[in-house]
Amino acid sequence: MAEKFDVIVVGAGMAGNAAAYTLAKAGVNVLQIERGEYAGSKNVQGGILYAQAVEALIPEFRESAPLERHIIEQRIWVLNDKSYIGTHFRSDNFNEERPNRYTLVRAQFDKWLNGEVKKAGATVITETTVLELLKDETGKVNGVRCDRENGEVRADCVILCDGVNALVGSRSGVRKEINSKEVALAVKEMHFLPRDVINERFNIQESEGVVIEILGTVTEGMLGTGFIYTNGESLSVGIGVIVSDLMKNRINPSTLLEKMKSHPSVAPLLKGSEVKEYSAHLLPEGGYDSVPELSGNGWMVCGDSAHLLNAIHREGSNMALTSGRLAAETYLELRDKGQPINAENLKKYNQKLENSFVLKDLKKYRRMPHIMLENKQFVTMYPDLLAGAAETLLRVDGVDKKTKEKKITKDFRSARGIFGLVGDAFKLVRAWR
Amino acid sequence: MTQTQSQKIEEKLYQNRYRVEEGKPHITIVPEKATAQELKMMAAICPAACYEETENGKVEIIPDGCLECGTCRVVCQGTGSLTWNYPSGGYGILFKFG
Ligand SMILES: Cc1cc2nc3c(=O)[nH]c(=O)nc-3n(C[C@H](O)[C@H](O)[C@H](O)COP(=O)(O)OP(=O)(O)OC[C@H]3O[C@@H](n4cnc5c(N)ncnc54)[C@H](O)[C@@H]3O)c2cc1C
Repeated sequence: MAEKFDVIVVGAGMAGNAAAYTLAKAGVNVLQIERGEYAGSKNVQGGILYAQAVEALIPEFRESAPLERHIIEQRIWVLNDKSYIGTHFRSDNFNEERPNRYTLVRAQFDKWLNGEVKKAGATVITETTVLELLKDETGKVNGVRCDRENGEVRADCVILCDGVNALVGSRSGVRKEINSKEVALAVKEMHFLPRDVINERFNIQESEGVVIEILGTVTEGMLGTGFIYTNGESLSVGIGVIVSDLMKNRINPSTLLEKMKSHPSVAPLLKGSEVKEYSAHLLPEGGYDSVPELSGNGWMVCGDSAHLLNAIHREGSNMALTSGRLAAETYLELRDKGQPINAENLKKYNQKLENSFVLKDLKKYRRMPHIMLENKQFVTMYPDLLAGAAETLLRVDGVDKKTKEKKITKDFRSARGIFGLVGDAFKLVRAWR
Repeated sequence: MTQTQSQKIEEKLYQNRYRVEEGKPHITIVPEKATAQELKMMAAICPAACYEETENGKVEIIPDGCLECGTCRVVCQGTGSLTWNYPSGGYGILFKFG
């Protein structure tokens, strides 16, 4: 490959497709390189898609994108071994002309979006793994080396959208490695059921959808969450846990998934389903403090590769799409002004991220990952306390309400102590603000 | 990990599609480091049950069913016990749904 491109985009996930699409639309000579057989063949998401981030690229995406269901109800369940306690929010306002959130099947969505990238005029090569960045004599990145014969390709700018493992950057010495405390390992299964069965079990019609986020004893005291999302004719069922906790406890995440699937509140939802795929993927959950250098001399990094994921709100795809688009827009601005693609000018990309919800939100929850890692009572003790309290109040057994309330207070106090309780509340509030 | 657990995972992997590059495993264990604690952890936590601790305390890997999550790479980082690369372009796991 002797040809030289304006920009090389590494990866055809959410971030890479957003970057390549934005560049190709603006007439940039862009090469996108993806290691999978097709875009999406390596990618895993729960997955909820946030419309705004796609609309910013393709306003009329709803007409052609493969979307599963629009979400009208959100359930948050705190499980202990026998019960769940939680909150549900459902609103007919979510049945709107241009729905705000959808469930998706990642491999299919990525294939579609990458098709749009090709239509916009980008050169896309698949089945090709990028090994490292190439640099000129001044140290400026000016291309990539791939696992192909004559696999060196040159460009003015390289946009790294290679996902959470971020190997291209770390093996090229432009960033540090990710560590076991800042990534979660999730496993997921696709459970197929007829559309009407899903509609009945989840109390929905047509293309309405429900998401259930799950916390509690299913993670065996480790920091993590589970989920059940309704697709058109399948359910995405998965669970993720911080890797350092898995290492300490030596528990296989698939065992946790089996446990969650057999929970008395979960099993009836899945009954009779046919499982057609089992996947695993890491998530970057270290938050703001884990975000690496976002740009340098001739390169920018987007999406999971830049650790741009909000674990509290389960937002990753939108951060990837948005950061990919902003990286492309940064390049376009420099091109239009005739300014060189160097470290100083590419800082504009960092600025754009600072000014957007992407870094604002990560900054807001900056303390959260640390607090959750160090305070396991939130996932160990509280689920049982909350379920116990609810059961005590709801069971009508001749005991007066005041005595019941005293018992609940006593349970909480003896489990955590009054200072522990106040301290926990304080920690959460502080991290949330 | 108990036998039943890894068997269960193997059953799950049967549902997946792979294109395996014969004779070119993308992850290998460095023989002198095959007893590393981190590798033993992987025998317990690898979601595709690719790792197994043998009777002599050494850990072996067969990465055919690998889901390419990268967990072992993160866990074994800095121990020198693992060489880890993505499969050659186009090979490895092929998610239909993802
Ligand atoms: C189980 C799970 C549930 C999730 N749920 C949600 C959710 O509900 N909502 C949400 O918004 N987010 C969710 N996320 C997060 C979301 O999936 C990610 O944030 C998002 O996929 C990041 O996009 P990306 O483009 O940065 O990375 P990826 O989607 O991982 O894309 C990276 C791409 O680069 C390719 N690649 C990697 N290395 C190379 C290389 N060296 N050479 C060539 N190509 C390469 C890969 O094959 C891949 O196509 C979830 C993630 C997981 C794992």
